[in-house]
Amino acid sequence: MRVFTKLTLTEIKLFLREPMAAFFVLFFPTLLVIILGSIPDFRKPSDDLGGARGIDLYVGIAVILTLAMAAIQVTPAVLALYRERGVLRRLATTPVSPLTMLSAQLASNGLAAIVSTALVLVVGRVVFDVPLADNVAGFVLAFLLTAAGTLAIGLFVAAIAPSGKAGNAIGTLLFFPLMFFAGLWLPREAMPGVLQRIADFTPLGAGERALSDAMTGSWPNMLSATVLVGYLAVFGFAAVRLFRWS
Amino acid sequence: MAVIEVQNLRKTYGDTVAVRDVSFTVEPGEIFGILGPNGAGKTTTVESVSGLRAADSGTIRVLGREPRDKSLRRDVGVQLQESQLPDKLTVREALDLYASFYPEPADWRALTRELGLTEKLKTPYGKLSGGQKQRLSIALALIGGPQIAILDELTTGLDPQARRDTWDLIESVRASGVTIVLVTHFMEEAERLCDRLAVIDHGRVVALDTPAGLVAGLGAEQRIRFRPSAPVADELLTALPEVHEVRRHGPQLEVVGRGNLLHAVTSVLAVNEIIAADLRIEQASLDDAFVQLTGRSTKE
Repeated sequence: MRVFTKLTLTEIKLFLREPMAAFFVLFFPTLLVIILGSIPDFRKPSDDLGGARGIDLYVGIAVILTLAMAAIQVTPAVLALYRERGVLRRLATTPVSPLTMLSAQLASNGLAAIVSTALVLVVGRVVFDVPLADNVAGFVLAFLLTAAGTLAIGLFVAAIAPSGKAGNAIGTLLFFPLMFFAGLWLPREAMPGVLQRIADFTPLGAGERALSDAMTGSWPNMLSATVLVGYLAVFGFAAVRLFRWS
Repeated sequence: MAVIEVQNLRKTYGDTVAVRDVSFTVEPGEIFGILGPNGAGKTTTVESVSGLRAADSGTIRVLGREPRDKSLRRDVGVQLQESQLPDKLTVREALDLYASFYPEPADWRALTRELGLTEKLKTPYGKLSGGQKQRLSIALALIGGPQIAILDELTTGLDPQARRDTWDLIESVRASGVTIVLVTHFMEEAERLCDRLAVIDHGRVVALDTPAGLVAGLGAEQRIRFRPSAPVADELLTALPEVHEVRRHGPQLEVVGRGNLLHAVTSVLAVNEIIAADLRIEQASLDDAFVQLTGRSTKE
């Protein structure tokens, strides 16, 4: 446990020393909320969005964005780089299991995502009067399910990426279409039915829907929860099978 | 009892046989060298001993245990080739972090002093020179206070001064009771540090002896050249069993032979009250032994 804490603190330090990654994970989602919230139309209820305000929806989407960046962009890039440069191989010669390293990496990225999410929620609440989730337990559940599903995908990418650069590239390639289905460019409520149907089966689309359920007071819907657990099971299993330490 | 026993180790990658048949034992407290040309199977051998690779066949025992036994990670320090650290991690953070992995770590301040890294404690890994990275890597292999240290291409990338400093460090580490396995292709390093050497070529041990033994095994001739202070009759020298041949080059005398040639020649000169001026000895080196064993130069 002492080693895990030390490794996690080290990973956090290293994360903060990469200004670009740190900025995008920690502040970009909040910046997005601020920018969109300063557009007057986003602060009015819209019939296209089923009577919700644009900013209300985008707070949920910004939370998903946080998780997507931490899990699908940062995690695979760092882990693939660690493998490529022999960091994991060196660890394998010490009493510390590389698995501890992996957990420390997940903990530090998870922590970054939690901090970033808190920032999004606070700014949304204080600046734009976006109500906090009516169902807090449901929100936490939706957040954890989405984190688990996306991290499994991130680890899978880390497992198959031959180099740090490749990990980064695959992560970015996945990031944009997945974020599209989470509603980054067009909220789910405004999507045509077919797109909504597809989005329901993508990890970030399912995550966004589960979060938005909790924001409006219900529990995450069964379909979204099942989809996220499915991603966790399939990609988590594949990642564990395929992951190479060196 | 041997601290490392390797018997008939074999390891293939697909169709490539990296290690065909390697056996050796390492005794406690010795510096054991593994010498060989590139691609001979040295790294695969030490990676198998370090528990990083599973052998296809053969047995390895390290401190009486299986190399993949987790408890060995505490007792064996390994410095691998091409194993880096995150660029933004400072030297101090790396040492402090790796020290925390072990129950009884060595004093990293003393290690950094000996390795000349004290000035660099605040420097991030990515800003270190190749030699400094190498020295940090050695420090990390020793930081757990291991019983055995396995060092792969210890001084590659170091300048001559840093190389000599590192050799001093290795000798002082050995003096503290640590057994050292050294993979190298530097003859000077092997000759200076190693008590015994295994020469590996094409995945096999082609010779296993002390550095002096390897050279002697060549049966190589020695040459002594000197300018005698008074005329010397050839018969005086050729009568010695060590001497094969005496040649004259103007005032210089060249004596060719083997065994304890220098002692034999100087003794007979002393008896005859002749002084040997400008005396030079040409001896076969480990380099010559290596070339004869592997058919390859180490400079390739």
